[in-house]
Amino acid sequence: MKQKPLSTSSEWTFELIELYDHEISKIATEFGLDTYPNQIEVISSEQMMDAYASTGMPLGYHHWSYGKQFINTERSYSRGQMGLAYEIVINSNPCIAYLMEENTMTMQALVIAHACYGHNSFFKGNYLFKTWTDADSIIDYLLFAKNYIAECEERHGIEEVEKLIDSCHAIMNYGVDRYKRPYPISAKEESNRQKEREEILQKLVNDLWRTIPQGKTAARKNNKRFPREPEENLLYFIEKHAPLLRPWQREVVRIVRKISQYFYPQRQTQVMNEGWACFWHYTLLNEMYNRGLVTEGFILEFLQTHTSVIYQPPFDSKYYSGINPYTLGFNMMIDIRRICEHPTEEDKQWFPDLAGSNWQASLDNAMRNYKDESFILQYLSPKVIRDLKLFCIVDDDKNPYIAVDAIHDDRGYQHIRETLAGHYNLGNQEPNIQVYSVDIEGDRSLTLHHSQHARKPLGDSTDKVLKHIRRLWGFDVHLHSIENGTISKSYHCPPVKEKELELEKTKD
Amino acid sequence: MSYIVDRRLNAKKKSTVNRQRFLKRYRIHIKKAVADAITHRSITDIEHGEEIHIPAGDIQEPLFHHGQGGHSERILPGNKDFISGDQIPRPPAGDAGGSGSGASDSGEGEDAFIFEITQEEFLNFMFEDLALPNMVKRQLAGIDEFKLRKAGFSNQGSPGQMDVVRSLKSAHARRIALTLGKRKKLKVLEQQLQLLEAAEPILRNQTEIDRLLKKINHLKSLIKRVPWLDDFDLKYHLRAKEPMPQAKAVMFCIMDVSGSMDQATKEVAKRFFILLYLFIQRNYERTEIVFIRHHTSAKEVDEQEFFYSRETGGTIVSSALKLMQKIIEQRYPLGDWNIYGAQASDGDNWNNDSAVCKEILCNSLLPNLQYFSYIEITPRAHQSLWHVYEQVEESYPDTFAMAQVVDASEIYTVFRELFHKQVI
Repeated sequence: MKQKPLSTSSEWTFELIELYDHEISKIATEFGLDTYPNQIEVISSEQMMDAYASTGMPLGYHHWSYGKQFINTERSYSRGQMGLAYEIVINSNPCIAYLMEENTMTMQALVIAHACYGHNSFFKGNYLFKTWTDADSIIDYLLFAKNYIAECEERHGIEEVEKLIDSCHAIMNYGVDRYKRPYPISAKEESNRQKEREEILQKLVNDLWRTIPQGKTAARKNNKRFPREPEENLLYFIEKHAPLLRPWQREVVRIVRKISQYFYPQRQTQVMNEGWACFWHYTLLNEMYNRGLVTEGFILEFLQTHTSVIYQPPFDSKYYSGINPYTLGFNMMIDIRRICEHPTEEDKQWFPDLAGSNWQASLDNAMRNYKDESFILQYLSPKVIRDLKLFCIVDDDKNPYIAVDAIHDDRGYQHIRETLAGHYNLGNQEPNIQVYSVDIEGDRSLTLHHSQHARKPLGDSTDKVLKHIRRLWGFDVHLHSIENGTISKSYHCPPVKEKELELEKTKD
Repeated sequence: MSYIVDRRLNAKKKSTVNRQRFLKRYRIHIKKAVADAITHRSITDIEHGEEIHIPAGDIQEPLFHHGQGGHSERILPGNKDFISGDQIPRPPAGDAGGSGSGASDSGEGEDAFIFEITQEEFLNFMFEDLALPNMVKRQLAGIDEFKLRKAGFSNQGSPGQMDVVRSLKSAHARRIALTLGKRKKLKVLEQQLQLLEAAEPILRNQTEIDRLLKKINHLKSLIKRVPWLDDFDLKYHLRAKEPMPQAKAVMFCIMDVSGSMDQATKEVAKRFFILLYLFIQRNYERTEIVFIRHHTSAKEVDEQEFFYSRETGGTIVSSALKLMQKIIEQRYPLGDWNIYGAQASDGDNWNNDSAVCKEILCNSLLPNLQYFSYIEITPRAHQSLWHVYEQVEESYPDTFAMAQVVDASEIYTVFRELFHKQVI
């Protein structure tokens, strides 16, 4: 016997939201989704734009760049250029998700399924999130950061703080130890973090708490290159070793670094995270329809939205702006289920372990233990490559043309898979820049090394970034771009005259 | 387990601070845009926001990123007819369109960052640093210039202001205080009575019981006589009157509409008054404006007529000044009002009249005015009025200001100059 649908009108009420959430939650549990508790907040479109501007954070410190974001969003929204994404979800415990009041009941149900059960379970299960973020304390930390920075502004002037944050934002992507293998949080680690938090509180009480950092004097004794090993975490290095920063400035650097660390997993799991959430809203809502909980009108409205979300414009379309992570992720997730349930000969050849296995367990395993790069490398199937008609081009400045390297055929699958995975390797996307040395005995200048990847040069805002680093470091900053062990180009702040530059090259 | 929270009503405009920060950071661009807008806009158009363009280069937040060049491989979707080994000519640098390099590493188009500021923000930028000069708060008076505010509690008041909870609390406390001794005695007596009554009926001391009962009844009636609510229990909210400092100002706008004023000149004058008008409306809550237009005779008109009607004839400036003086005497007692004057003209005046103007200004008007500004809209040589006014400026440098304007684009700068905030 078919059940009566939960509602037939497109209007939502709080009771209905509760009812839908209850049903979706029941089905999600049957499918074995493990989630944080949900906090579903109903907000207006303006508040949604606010949330957008602060990258979804419920409490952000004040900075002009968020104002810029907000103005940008507001403008394109009011012009109808973009619909607001119907979901923003915050990796915290409880997991905060926003519902926009203008949406229909169908959309609200879609967001609940997508955010409150899809993203939420991803945040809770994925190893990167487990390692890098602390869902329990993020809201507290953000509140602390906001208050601390507001206090700094009162004490030292808005402009001063703003300049500092500008500089930190310029190297925000260099605030984590990328190449260190993440390891699970141990009890000791946890207590260390607790201690760190206490230190922060201590600093709030007494701003004079810190003294000049030890790094310099310690390094001077053994007269070796400092730092001993190149340091990839520029923000961390500056926080700990910049000679002239005052204690509050170090704390601000630390705040930016912590927040960048919080976003680190999100940048590395976009495809998976969205794919996972899309897969589950699709699966959960279809299951509701199968059980007669929702009407045909509901499911049609849902499918229309769903289709536009996972639409991938072809490369020559004017709407093309890179590969849509929703499309890629959703297609791969759906395909994993297909391979498990209905494997073809090809699948058995490519995925001998996956074919015929339990799809829930296999998907769960994929969600927990991979990031975008490894996920694609492991799971991108020939069928998905064919469906999306992926092809690979090589753009080499040594050639006057662009070559098509591989297309969706037997010879191309493996190559496309590897190259696409490489796209999601942050180490390839962003220039690899590390602290190489500090001239401790001499002029205290800081030298950075850029190890080139595939001969790619640095972009044109490099000099501006160096200015920001100089502001933080307080002394001269040099950046050498290294290609195959030789310096191919050097940047200096303040700019060095040509002659001295030549001298320096021969010295090196 | 889910909680559903309705947040629609709180935390609105969370990004306002950030927006203000942004505007502050790009104030140079915005101010320039505002100044341009004032020059080019028509008068009726002035109460809008403005679109601001900021060059992309100025607004970018720099990051380390890869530049063009080197060896890169890219995966694209939607292959139509390419096969491996195809060679495609490299699209021209810059806007690579759909053919590939639209990826993140070159995502810095030349497009300017465009956004709109609201009318309020527009006016804020326009009037920044400006204030009516010599603003004197003359009198704290007027009926709506007091505010009532809570000032604790009092024992007197009107029934409407009674605080019921406090009154009953105080009554309760009084009753407890007044009956405490009696209730203690009553308790003792009642215990004794109980003991006596507990005895066997034969052994009962009836007389003692009667005596106790009488005493108890007496005490009870005493307790009962303490009133439930007494006059001095009643507590009332006390409200104190607080004066609200508020200065009243009146602005006289005087404009020559004689035949010598051509349409272009009038346009410029109108702009000056429009600016003034907006500025005053904005800065002072209690501000009145009197519009006086004149040719050979002066007339007080409403705003619409002031700006939009046409007249012809000669020019006698003193007629307007006389009318202004008359209106001040009739309607704006000096003790209550700050008085400002602004005059726009093309400099024409009937020759013998200029001396009269000087006399009226120096002897009657200026001593009582806060500020009088005069703009002369003419590319020609100055006439007698200007020279006479120059003498006036010498004797009243603080309260009299004059400037010459040739075309509309200068209005804004002159306006700012005349009304530049004075540091007192």
